[in-house]
Amino acid sequence: MKYESPGRPGSPVDVAPRYENFIGGKWQAPTTDQYAVNLCPATAKPICEIPRSGAADIELALDAAHAAKDKWGEASTAERAAVLNKVADAIDAHREELAVAESWDNGKPVRETLAADIPLAADHFRYFAAAIRAEESEITEIDKNLIAYHFHEPLGVVGQIIPFNFPLLMAAWKLAPALAAGNASVIKPASPTPWSILKLMEVVGDLLPAGVLNVVNGPGAEIGKALATSRRIAKVAFTGETVTGRLIMQYAAENIIPVTLELGGKSPNIFFADVAAHDDDFLDKAVEGLVLYAFNKGEVCTCPSRALVQEDIYEEFMGRCLERIRAIKQGDPLDTDTMMGPQVSRQQIDKIASYVEIGLKEGAELLVGGHRPGIGGEFADGYFFEPTVLKGHNRMRVFQEEIFGPVLAVTTFKDEAEALEIANDTLYGLGAGVWSRDTSRTYRMGRAIKAGRVWTNCYHQYPAGAAFGGYKISGIGRETHKMMLEHYSQTKNLLVSYSDKPLGLF
Amino acid sequence: MSEKAERGTPGRVTATRAARRAIAALCAAHGGPVMFVQSGGCCDGSDPMCFEGGEFALGGGDLLVGVVDGCTFHMDADQYQALGRPFLVLDVEEGTPGGFSLAAGDGLHFVTRVEAPGNRTSRGADR
Repeated sequence: MKYESPGRPGSPVDVAPRYENFIGGKWQAPTTDQYAVNLCPATAKPICEIPRSGAADIELALDAAHAAKDKWGEASTAERAAVLNKVADAIDAHREELAVAESWDNGKPVRETLAADIPLAADHFRYFAAAIRAEESEITEIDKNLIAYHFHEPLGVVGQIIPFNFPLLMAAWKLAPALAAGNASVIKPASPTPWSILKLMEVVGDLLPAGVLNVVNGPGAEIGKALATSRRIAKVAFTGETVTGRLIMQYAAENIIPVTLELGGKSPNIFFADVAAHDDDFLDKAVEGLVLYAFNKGEVCTCPSRALVQEDIYEEFMGRCLERIRAIKQGDPLDTDTMMGPQVSRQQIDKIASYVEIGLKEGAELLVGGHRPGIGGEFADGYFFEPTVLKGHNRMRVFQEEIFGPVLAVTTFKDEAEALEIANDTLYGLGAGVWSRDTSRTYRMGRAIKAGRVWTNCYHQYPAGAAFGGYKISGIGRETHKMMLEHYSQTKNLLVSYSDKPLGLF
Repeated sequence: MSEKAERGTPGRVTATRAARRAIAALCAAHGGPVMFVQSGGCCDGSDPMCFEGGEFALGGGDLLVGVVDGCTFHMDADQYQALGRPFLVLDVEEGTPGGFSLAAGDGLHFVTRVEAPGNRTSRGADR
């Protein structure tokens, strides 16, 4: 099935020529009166105009959030959970509309947004609605007459900066725990993908009290910085690259506020020889597990971009994988048969092409791909890049730097010890994959790999309830788990004496 | 600036004419030198981030890897090693700058290119 492009007759998505910021429950024009053209990555043609806001718009959003925060924070958890569940229901009810908008804004294939991004976004709201209902305060009996009560209180107003790779899902990851815990939020979407979250606001904006959720679009150097440096936020959450992550920590240090960061990776995906012991479903699953580097065209912080294959099975196993990679269908992201859409922007394909060149100059062997595919017609100017595999060794730059595209670097290993050494020889520690029929081995490897999430005999699953976050320079904090509520809450301790006797010191 | 950053390994960064024009315009607009910090990872990783001079707090783990027209270029020391102690060419391309980076002009952003490993950038050659 093929969905009609947004804005055309028969499409599930309407497109206005121009969008505004969503502040205080209303659409508000930017104070700058400036707009930027938002391009569709599949066609390189404009979708709509988006505000090019300035620092004053962040102030307006913060005004609205501060006006809303007390009432929202004091609402019972039952009331807040009911609102989050309504948000989830609305997302589900508009699944196709949001999935098509997300595909068109980002380039990811609609088969992924229909099956993953949108239903998962709804599920994260439901998960945190449930988690906040089940959360309990704690009481410690220090002694018979001295009791410590620990209450969870909202932080107040939080700033959240969203990446371009999963614009709606990453917004849900950050918003659901923040709102569940009783905070109001000001969100800055990524510059390449400013639109789909505005379509989400059309769907859920009326369900939330005005000012609880505010969305401001514009350049990072102006509004991102204005938000992260503001003395009116109580916490900042960011997903992106390391230098901005450090800058956000630096600004947070100036204001003494907490941060959570998710900062990328270069995840190893390790295949032991026994995956090929039988020609069965498990081997087929492992082959798909390697090819998952092309999921979301490789624009995933946990992209399994380093494949480590035990040398005994390398030829046979990679042969099967390459056959599967050659069968990847690229093209119109709104066609449900399409497996890989375009990269998010022109600059991404330029970067990917330069990395392939770097890899080849370093002596890597090109096994498949490496070029821009010729996709004609309406998509001739789209930002497509072929799924690519480079064979080399872990000291090459293409094994060390996150390319954020559909480029797999593959190498071999002799034994478990060498696999572990290569896996951990990276600055990052976000994700990893381990594939083997020997569960003692997968357990040993899983515990020894320095990464926050080790997928074992699976990859790229992101269920609510499994903690996600980085070791090493990949970040701070754990999302998609109820422990994220702690990152969005203060602890209030009431230390209460029920004794009538004085201390006797004065 | 930390002692280590001051020592660094300057001279690993050159700039194209377009990058130097952009730097000159930024310095004029901001009334002083700007600074570059090479990023890594995630969406806008591998882009050099450009800030007003002194905006980014450098630490003991940061290296000064180059100076272009009075503007310093820094890189995390571990990243510098992991990437094979590269020689970098600062350039500008169309596109939106990542993170909080200043633009290299209207609709332009800074990029770094690596000089061909065949010449001098491969780790093997450095050893």
